[in-house]
Amino acid sequence: MSHYSALSILRNAFSGHRNWTRAWQDPEPKKHYDVVIVGAGGHGLATAYYLARYQGVKNVAVLEKDYLGGGNSGRNTQVCRSNYFYPQSGAFYEHSLQLFEDLGQELNFNVMFSQRGVLSVCNSMHELEIYRRWANAIRMNGIDSEMLDRGEIRKYAPHINLDCRFPIRGGFIQKRGGMSRHDAVAWGYARQASAAGVDIIQQCEVTGMVTSDSRIESLQTRKGDISGDRFALCVAGHTSQLADMAGLRLPITSIALQGMVTEPVQPIFDTVMMSAQIHTYVSQSDRGELVTGGGADLYNSYAQRGSLDTQQHNFAALVELMPIFSRLRMMRVWAGVCDMAYDVSPIVGKTPVENLYISTGWGTGGYKAIPAGGDCLAYTMANDRPHELLRPFQLDRFSSGRLIDEGAASGVAH
Amino acid sequence: MLRIPCPYCGIRDQDEFRFGGESRARRPENPDQLSDEEWAEYLFYRDNVKGRHEELWVHSYGCRQWFNVTRDTCTHEIVGSRRIGSVNG
Ligand SMILES: Cc1cc2nc3c(=O)[nH]c(=O)nc-3n(C[C@H](O)[C@H](O)[C@H](O)COP(=O)(O)OP(=O)(O)OC[C@H]3O[C@@H](n4cnc5c(N)ncnc54)[C@H](O)[C@@H]3O)c2cc1C
Ligand SMILES: [Zn+2]
Repeated sequence: MSHYSALSILRNAFSGHRNWTRAWQDPEPKKHYDVVIVGAGGHGLATAYYLARYQGVKNVAVLEKDYLGGGNSGRNTQVCRSNYFYPQSGAFYEHSLQLFEDLGQELNFNVMFSQRGVLSVCNSMHELEIYRRWANAIRMNGIDSEMLDRGEIRKYAPHINLDCRFPIRGGFIQKRGGMSRHDAVAWGYARQASAAGVDIIQQCEVTGMVTSDSRIESLQTRKGDISGDRFALCVAGHTSQLADMAGLRLPITSIALQGMVTEPVQPIFDTVMMSAQIHTYVSQSDRGELVTGGGADLYNSYAQRGSLDTQQHNFAALVELMPIFSRLRMMRVWAGVCDMAYDVSPIVGKTPVENLYISTGWGTGGYKAIPAGGDCLAYTMANDRPHELLRPFQLDRFSSGRLIDEGAASGVAH
Repeated sequence: MLRIPCPYCGIRDQDEFRFGGESRARRPENPDQLSDEEWAEYLFYRDNVKGRHEELWVHSYGCRQWFNVTRDTCTHEIVGSRRIGSVNG
């Protein structure tokens, strides 16, 4: 792997950019690995990277049924923030945001992390009261958040229609929040994981498992059987199917969340804005497209597409808030299959199957969690005990009753 | 947009309805004897079927009745619907 730098660009210019080495290797699978990770999305790749780079576990494979980063990690709207309500979530997502702050350096790959602020507006007096409580809770967690009045909101979003159908009463902002480039995060982790010796094997769907005495012996894949000491499922919306192969049932439901972009325009909107009540959020990508989304399609789905009425609700809300966008044409609409836990918080760690670990429940908000999810799951797998930040996010919370009800606490926000 | 056949009103657009989840969950008969794990199983654990799915819908902006739908979670094709308690039809 060659180091990316201004110098390497210059050097490669002399040979017409024909001699760049490939970013990651494309190996044939070995028969056995210490750790086999299923799913080369952000979470699977990051877990492999932190295992190989920081936990001393080098003999690692990541198996991907399609191409790496083609699942939700390449389909999301890239919002990164740590303004969660509960202290457990705050601590975990803040760790992730801090890792994002250095991720470009860490991976020697430009992930285009842009801390342009995440602005949440509220459209009723009641919401304003809840937001005050929320913004204060965030500060109590030691994380930045500031209440804004209408005038201050206009400074961040000059084109906003403050007197829309449900007039804006105020809002709050996490200035350190923002966005980054999703593909770059997947590619950056893949490149460094590969450089650290991880085998990333694409076009290698896992179709079955050989188990004995509540242990997994090996995985059946499109490229033959692969055995391992420890296994991790990082397969987002398909976690229930993969867990089922090991005889494990989970509190997960899969639904489709849609994302959409407009045609590209000149820079016009330099923050991330969301409204939970009228249910939309929007930002502008570095290519000029306005990236927007809203509610999920609220029925079980494994189709990577959703319904037109969900899009219409989102567009109606968006043009009400930002009338200046009303004449833009939508260019693309897509969906990803999201793994929802009942409390809309992740489930990361050990399972009743002795050598199986899961990273799921990321639902509609696990992109921002990729660095911390990978870091903490790698620690958990290497030491066979939950990382401190993951303790609250174990599977047993569903029987102990210690749910982390972020769904109720923070509404739409991704 | 799904077109959902309400067994009472006929085919209507999906946005008249609300989704109610898997229809197989049965309220336990002996709630005071249930362990925490059994409660968790009833409240939170789901089959999350990929393929043909038995599910509940309610016609919120119509007759307000709950009913069963059989729908494919991969293709979204609706195979049929029936009143609660009826075996088929
Ligand atoms: C439209 C949309 C917008 C979103 N917006 C945001 C946002 O703004 N901010 C945010 O934080 N989060 C957001 N999310 C959520 C975020 O995208 C996900 O939580 C996150 O990407 C999950 O990463 P992952 O690695 O767990 O899953 P994925 O990236 O989906 O990776 C799972 C991989 O597993 C593979 N796989 C599945 N089955 C098998 C098998 N049998 N064998 C081998 N491989 C298999 C898949 O092909 C896939 O590549 C959004 C999601 C969507 C859909
Ligand atoms: Zn009806």
